[in-house]
Amino acid sequence: MSADAAAALELAPDSGRIAKRFAQLKAEGRGGLVTFLTAGDPDYETSLEIVTGLPAAGADLIELGMPFTDPMADGPAIQAAGLRALNAGQTLPKTLTLARALRDADADAPIVLMGYYNPIYSYGVERFLTDAREAGVDGLIIVDLPPEEDAELCLPAMRAGLNFIRLATPTTDDKRLPKVLANSSGFVYYVSILGITGTKEIQDAPVRAAVERLKRHTELPIAVGFGIKTADQVAAICESADAAVVGSAIVSKIAEALDETGAPRPDLARRVLDYVAELAAGARRSR
Amino acid sequence: MSELPNSFRTGPDEGGHFGIFGGRFVAETLMPLVLEVEAAYEAAKADPAYRDEIDYYAKHYVGRPSPLYFASRLTEHLGGAKIYLKRDELNHTGSHKINNVMGQILLARRMGKSKIIAETGAGQHGVATATACALFGLECKVFMGALDVERQAPNVFRMKLLGAEVVPVTSGRSTLKDAMNEALRDWVANVEDTFYCIGTVAGPHPYPQMVRDFQSVIGREAKQQMLEAEGRLPDALVACIGGGSNAMGLFHPFLDDKEVRIIGVEAAGEGIESGHHAASLSGGRPGVLHGNRTYLLQDDDGQILEAHSISAGLDYPGIGPEHSWLKETGRVEYVSATDADALEAFQLCSRKEGIIPALEPSHALAHVMKIAPTLPKDHILCMNMCGRGDKDVHTVAGHFGVDL
Repeated sequence: MSADAAAALELAPDSGRIAKRFAQLKAEGRGGLVTFLTAGDPDYETSLEIVTGLPAAGADLIELGMPFTDPMADGPAIQAAGLRALNAGQTLPKTLTLARALRDADADAPIVLMGYYNPIYSYGVERFLTDAREAGVDGLIIVDLPPEEDAELCLPAMRAGLNFIRLATPTTDDKRLPKVLANSSGFVYYVSILGITGTKEIQDAPVRAAVERLKRHTELPIAVGFGIKTADQVAAICESADAAVVGSAIVSKIAEALDETGAPRPDLARRVLDYVAELAAGARRSR
Repeated sequence: MSELPNSFRTGPDEGGHFGIFGGRFVAETLMPLVLEVEAAYEAAKADPAYRDEIDYYAKHYVGRPSPLYFASRLTEHLGGAKIYLKRDELNHTGSHKINNVMGQILLARRMGKSKIIAETGAGQHGVATATACALFGLECKVFMGALDVERQAPNVFRMKLLGAEVVPVTSGRSTLKDAMNEALRDWVANVEDTFYCIGTVAGPHPYPQMVRDFQSVIGREAKQQMLEAEGRLPDALVACIGGGSNAMGLFHPFLDDKEVRIIGVEAAGEGIESGHHAASLSGGRPGVLHGNRTYLLQDDDGQILEAHSISAGLDYPGIGPEHSWLKETGRVEYVSATDADALEAFQLCSRKEGIIPALEPSHALAHVMKIAPTLPKDHILCMNMCGRGDKDVHTVAGHFGVDL
């Protein structure tokens, strides 16, 4: 967005953390690891332990999922994570509390809240933006708000100084791309395969072509996600993209570390963080 | 309320909004598809060949026009207003659902789509979709909550007989809203060759408008038939509402006839105050789900609640966005009827008219039973008998403790 356009919108300055982190990655000559997990999964305390451990484990940017009963763009792993969190009593206010705890633990790691619009609409858009900003949140990814609905949250978020990160997909053709990018900020999240989260394997070649196409349209950093599970894949994606997003695979590690009753085993957080460290090593050896 | 529009029939706007309701709240992955459907529908609407095709199948396959029937024994029994039933339960497949399905499947054919997906609750929309797919040799996949698969075994078998694949959905709470989530997920993953045939006046634009247009044949016929029978318009219309497609179909052609009172009847389940109901307008508040803003059953955190109704077809926590708008403008009155009210109406209609109604329109009839006795004998009520009750005999028998 140009300075003029920003002035016209009376934008509050954003936190600068996302831009700073990508600049840092560039200076280090490597790609970044973006981790996703659902806030409050499998319960608030365990989630707090994992989330506050993420920066030390090597997560460069942290996405916190805001659980919703009807996650229509997510696959089974993230759906299940959302249900676990909701059943354990997670709410939007508690997710903001978790974000604040993460911010208190790490002053620099960018925090992005990801989810669906209804809980925010129910909470109240302006109140949500104020509280998210105060909690130290840097950006939002709201899956069911395409550019056609920018007036709902995207424009208010930009005015409040929060980045609004948009998804681009293989179905977003060159004609539609400018519309998707117009009010995007922070970075662009490229959904590398058609489908829902965590259900198909990612492939390098089409991703490279897609990232090159996106780079022709925007100067924003490109993070690529959907279907990334291993450190090698992270390294491969980071050959062309600025960052790789891992979500379903991390969430599945949480599911695997639950006992038969669904309660977390004592080493759950350590197992998840070890896995994140493994993925982070992939990002660090890229390029 | 701000000032009323000159016409209630001009919506939605370009973005698919009816007032603040409606819209296109879908993931970016779906946006190109939704826009493609919209463009294809606009083109089809302007093509007389498409309209002729719809008319041809309506007449020769569905069996339209459906009769407008003067229910003299019910009228006599209730002792007040004259009761007319719009007999959409006589359509092929047994409900109004086929009106919409034929329109959408003919559109899918024009678009060159070879696979059809649909969601279903009670199974009526699933059966109608499976039927049209059989007729045109299209691959058909119906998503149905695992709980509903159990509750509606006869319709599941019907769909399979018709060659459809029935996918039991176990995500979420395994009911209609989860089936819709799963259908949307399937659509995202198979964008090239798949058409999503939504069963009610909900979802992202253009679905609420498109489904309404296809169902409006009900109201257009009723209007003409009423003029022929009585020489004037009815005093009131009554229809049941889950997502609201049969009601919108009956209401829409009458919205600008100010002298016609219009009443929608939601399912109150065990009573609104019990919390076990499906009355989004009476017991919910505006929110965003399944591509549109509308009244929804939700908790304080904006999480969607399960609906409850004896009628699986009304068991949905939302309602079409145009209904939300008609409620807020005050043009349509929305009331509710409980499971018990519906069961009573179900029995009365069976005995007095020899028509076993589906549990869905039994809710509308329950309201007719309530108001007809209070109205003068020259008052004309027109109710949409939108489905027949064959599918419900097991449910009703269960309620009476009869083991079939």
